[in-house]
Amino acid sequence: MATYIVRRLILALIVLIIITLLIFLVIRFLPGDPIYLYMSRQEQQTLTLEQVEAARHEFGLDKPIVVQYFDWINGIFHGNLGESLFYSESVGALLKRRFPVTLNLGIPAFIIGSVLGTAAGVLSALRRGKALDSLMAVFSYMGIAVPIFWLGILFIYVFGLKLHLLPMFGYTSPTVNLIQNIKQLILPVVCLAVTPLASIARQSRSSMLEIIRQDYIRTAWSKGLRERNVVMRHALKNGLIPVVTLMGISLSYILGGSVFIETVFSIPGLGALSVQALLSKDYAIIQAVTLLMAAIIVGINLLVDLTYGWLDPRIRYG
Amino acid sequence: MTQESNVITLGATTRTGQSHILRVMLGRKVVIFGLVVILAFIIVAIFAPLIAPYDPYAQNLNATRQQPSAAHWLGTDALGRDTVSRIIFGARTSLLVGVVSVGIAAILGIWLGLIAGYFGGWTNNIIMRFIDALMAVPMILLALVLAALLGGGLKNVVIAIGIALTSLYARLMCSQVLSTKENDYVTAARSLGAGNWRIMVRHLLPNCLPPIIVLITLQLGTAILAEAGLSFLGIGIQPPQASWGAMVNDGYKYLLTTPILSFAPGVAIMLVVFSFNIVGDGLRDALDPRLRGTL
Repeated sequence: MATYIVRRLILALIVLIIITLLIFLVIRFLPGDPIYLYMSRQEQQTLTLEQVEAARHEFGLDKPIVVQYFDWINGIFHGNLGESLFYSESVGALLKRRFPVTLNLGIPAFIIGSVLGTAAGVLSALRRGKALDSLMAVFSYMGIAVPIFWLGILFIYVFGLKLHLLPMFGYTSPTVNLIQNIKQLILPVVCLAVTPLASIARQSRSSMLEIIRQDYIRTAWSKGLRERNVVMRHALKNGLIPVVTLMGISLSYILGGSVFIETVFSIPGLGALSVQALLSKDYAIIQAVTLLMAAIIVGINLLVDLTYGWLDPRIRYG
Repeated sequence: MTQESNVITLGATTRTGQSHILRVMLGRKVVIFGLVVILAFIIVAIFAPLIAPYDPYAQNLNATRQQPSAAHWLGTDALGRDTVSRIIFGARTSLLVGVVSVGIAAILGIWLGLIAGYFGGWTNNIIMRFIDALMAVPMILLALVLAALLGGGLKNVVIAIGIALTSLYARLMCSQVLSTKENDYVTAARSLGAGNWRIMVRHLLPNCLPPIIVLITLQLGTAILAEAGLSFLGIGIQPPQASWGAMVNDGYKYLLTTPILSFAPGVAIMLVVFSFNIVGDGLRDALDPRLRGTL
């Protein structure tokens, strides 16, 4: 197990380094001068060529590209992620404020998606071919196909505009007003949970179907165990191993989805921040948000792999 | 389950396959539904100018945001343009982006995976670690960032989505090649003097394609969904070109009075993506049921 952990750690580190390289290179080599990373649009237009060159020197952009990369990495380790031109404050401070909001939205969605998705999948597998199974199949296909920004708008229309049941947009910190926080988050959390829920339901259904045909499950049945025991004690444990690997993908759906949901529901999190940054070409924010999201996903995938190796020893030695 | 699926697979490989694939797919009503929707979608997209009742770009400021009527089945938008016609032309945008971006992703990914899997060792390590890095960024965020940096518009959206979708093909192809190259016919080809290129293109590529074809079908839906998302946020297709995602966003502003403006294009997106997923899954089950869960 120890070698397995070390190997996975090194792999994750390598992937992280490549991510920083890719982000760095993409931002620097795509059309547009990297000096824009440090200058507002107004400055770009009014400054003379000499002033731009002076700035280029000041920010170290005339150094060799390799040196620039290490300067950037060095900055990250010292908490210096650059300045946002649009918000005129440090990117670090912005992230510190925005990230908890996305967590507040994303964690409940992640839990709902995983728990309900697994439950739905297991139930469908046990009632294979019955009405319930067909119904769930249709819902899971729809859940994967629905554009979540559109679903958000639909929810706002039905539950906000027509039924007046829930607030239509905005965000209140749970420390300020917990009730309001929960009310405002219900619709966006449900929207965000839909895609992971649907894909986890499909995956857990098919892996449960594999498992319940195994010999040891037949043995459990023939021992006269009740359905609950067969499913909970025997089938679920092995059936859920492949589902664990979907956690990383679910997280990816949720972080990606937050971009839309936060925009539709006017929630000031990382997703809305990145849209704003993309529209205003605020490169420092784009760099930081992309890196942060990728790092989270690499971290979760590492965790998933370690859990996986622990649950299923065949993986470790494979 | 395992036994049953083995029998089906054997059947598929021995009996040249095609009639069997059709039979399994057409045996499911829902797959037929998906095929019909896709066919209708393609026809509408190709013959849009002939089918659309109005010019999708013709503004009529005397008839803005009309409710659905006999003249305008789904009403008109804020500039008085006919919603039905814009949805029909939006199908064009969706189909174009879907096909071209998935084409880019498949070609790039297939080659990367083929090279990585065939040569193995360090080549494999380097390519696949880059693919891992690409996969760590949420697909939609990667597409958004690339599209925004490239500057939006149809061409850049296609490139951005194409690159964002590449990693899945590379990974799938690589794992396919790794197992396929152990086959005796590869050794036989090599001992007959076939070079790397010939083995890769003539022997490995065709034998690795079935799951790739399934992935392509599924990804057409994903690409269409991604384009809608990018355009919804204003980073994708630029106005006045019709795009379903941009239409949802335009309609959002008038949700209280004319919700149909936002709802109708969303239904179109969902229907098309739903159909590609259904058909993709049907194709996978017909080609090789063992792939279920991995694709």
